[in-house]
Amino acid sequence: MTPAVTHELVDRLFREESGRAVATLIRVTGDFELAEEAVQEAFIAALETWPERGVPDRPGAWITTTARNRALDRLRRAQRFREKTQVIGRQALIDEELAAVEPGDTGPEDPMAIEDDRLRLIFTCCHPALAPDARVALTLRTLGGLTTPEIARAFLVPEPTLAQRLVRAKRKIRDAGIPYRVPPDHLLPERLSSVLQVIYLVFNEGYGASSGDELIRRDLTSEAIRLGRVLVDLMPDEPEVLGLLALMLLHDARRDARVDAQGELVLLEEQDRNLWDTAMVDEGGALVERAMRMRRPGPYQLQAAIAAVHDASLVDGRTDWRQIAALYGALAIASPSPVVELNRAVAIAMADGPDVGLALVDRIDASGELDGYPYLHAARADLLRRLGRADEAVRAYRRALELTSNDTEQSFLQRRIHELSGV
Amino acid sequence: MRFALLIYDEETANPNPAPPDPAVWGKVMEEYNAFTRAIKDAGVEAGGEALEPNTTATTIRIRDGQTVTTDGPYAETKEGLGGFYLIDCENLDEALAWAAKCPGSWYGTVEVRPVVDFSKYAPEAAGATAGA
Repeated sequence: MTPAVTHELVDRLFREESGRAVATLIRVTGDFELAEEAVQEAFIAALETWPERGVPDRPGAWITTTARNRALDRLRRAQRFREKTQVIGRQALIDEELAAVEPGDTGPEDPMAIEDDRLRLIFTCCHPALAPDARVALTLRTLGGLTTPEIARAFLVPEPTLAQRLVRAKRKIRDAGIPYRVPPDHLLPERLSSVLQVIYLVFNEGYGASSGDELIRRDLTSEAIRLGRVLVDLMPDEPEVLGLLALMLLHDARRDARVDAQGELVLLEEQDRNLWDTAMVDEGGALVERAMRMRRPGPYQLQAAIAAVHDASLVDGRTDWRQIAALYGALAIASPSPVVELNRAVAIAMADGPDVGLALVDRIDASGELDGYPYLHAARADLLRRLGRADEAVRAYRRALELTSNDTEQSFLQRRIHELSGV
Repeated sequence: MRFALLIYDEETANPNPAPPDPAVWGKVMEEYNAFTRAIKDAGVEAGGEALEPNTTATTIRIRDGQTVTTDGPYAETKEGLGGFYLIDCENLDEALAWAAKCPGSWYGTVEVRPVVDFSKYAPEAAGATAGA
């Protein structure tokens, strides 16, 4: 195998396997830094030895074993510096547990032990005692195997700031007594919602409205979907976990159709359905159904159901707006917000006409709650345009334009203004 | 590990406190007594005191050998430190669960802080960190 091929394999493996290895070593050593550094060293060792000796049968297991040995080395070296023996007892315990991490642990023989480690790590990284941006960074770093510079670029944060954020978060986990465990049942709803929020935020950062480098953003969406799949494997009986994965898949399915060859934004109703990823649509749709059968609806399932209705238009090109409006109505009860009301108003406009929708949108506008939200003004502008009220539409489009920082969206709004006013 | 539950409330920081309504006062005291009993029964209680309001505070600092004494608390804030509990828990989740049951978190705000465990700063433990 050529070094280039090995390099690619190791890169891919790092994304997929480093989270597992780190999770296991954290459980055993109780030390984030030590675990991460040992795993990183194992990957460097892979790059050095695999081109010559060939790739081992189970590369993931090789990584965990090598990382375990590196961690053991470091602990023993550290131990040699110590004269007093107060903590030797704990040391012996760690040595014993590290030695017990068998290469087989990452293989199919003992999947549960390792999966438990990853689940523990997810819940620890997303603990509500950590600041929200620290949860995101830590999850991407430890479970996603993204590097600090990659995360910094994705969130447009200077690298030292992000590095500092990670160090502080790890220190807080250690010093504040944040437990490394899956929370007990009575804490699970709150904690799970924080985990889902972190994953969805990563997805939206990649998919959504804020600016950033296209390639890295693509990385974020696939990383979020990968984490979503991990969580579905680990918690298959939690409908909101299925709902979140479904939601991400059903949106990502339309990625290629969202922007045209010139890089211009294409509205959902005008998208070329041939560009939708049907495999993703099917998988997402099946997940929504599986989740809904559990009869514990929640915001992610409802949003996924809405996306599924949109994607169902793949069959005959027609969208069932009445059903979408009804689902938004349910969502407004499950998690009330003016943004949900706005979406409901838009769906009603599609079902019952722009005048009915505009009355609802105007009411939201009058409340002032969404005044800084570009999509409110863009939606209002669109309804005014359909009603032939061009001057008012242009004013609303201009307001939306002032508020958005996304290049693609800006050029879409400018195009509309140009069509209506000729400038 | 041990945690301090630091209770902040507006009454403590109020510069012109009105005499408390005996009925309200009695109810609040009963709630605090119940909480104290609960942590004692659970075997996690490790100390604690209520503090007189900010109006009684005196702050002292020594700079260049000069003693500067000031009337009032260290920081003038809307909410003042009105008291604290020390509890001994397995982890932060447990400490947060107790904090949520503390009346201070209904009437004001409870800050949960781990108490420093000096044994982890022993030279041998520091060696492990430096080597890692």
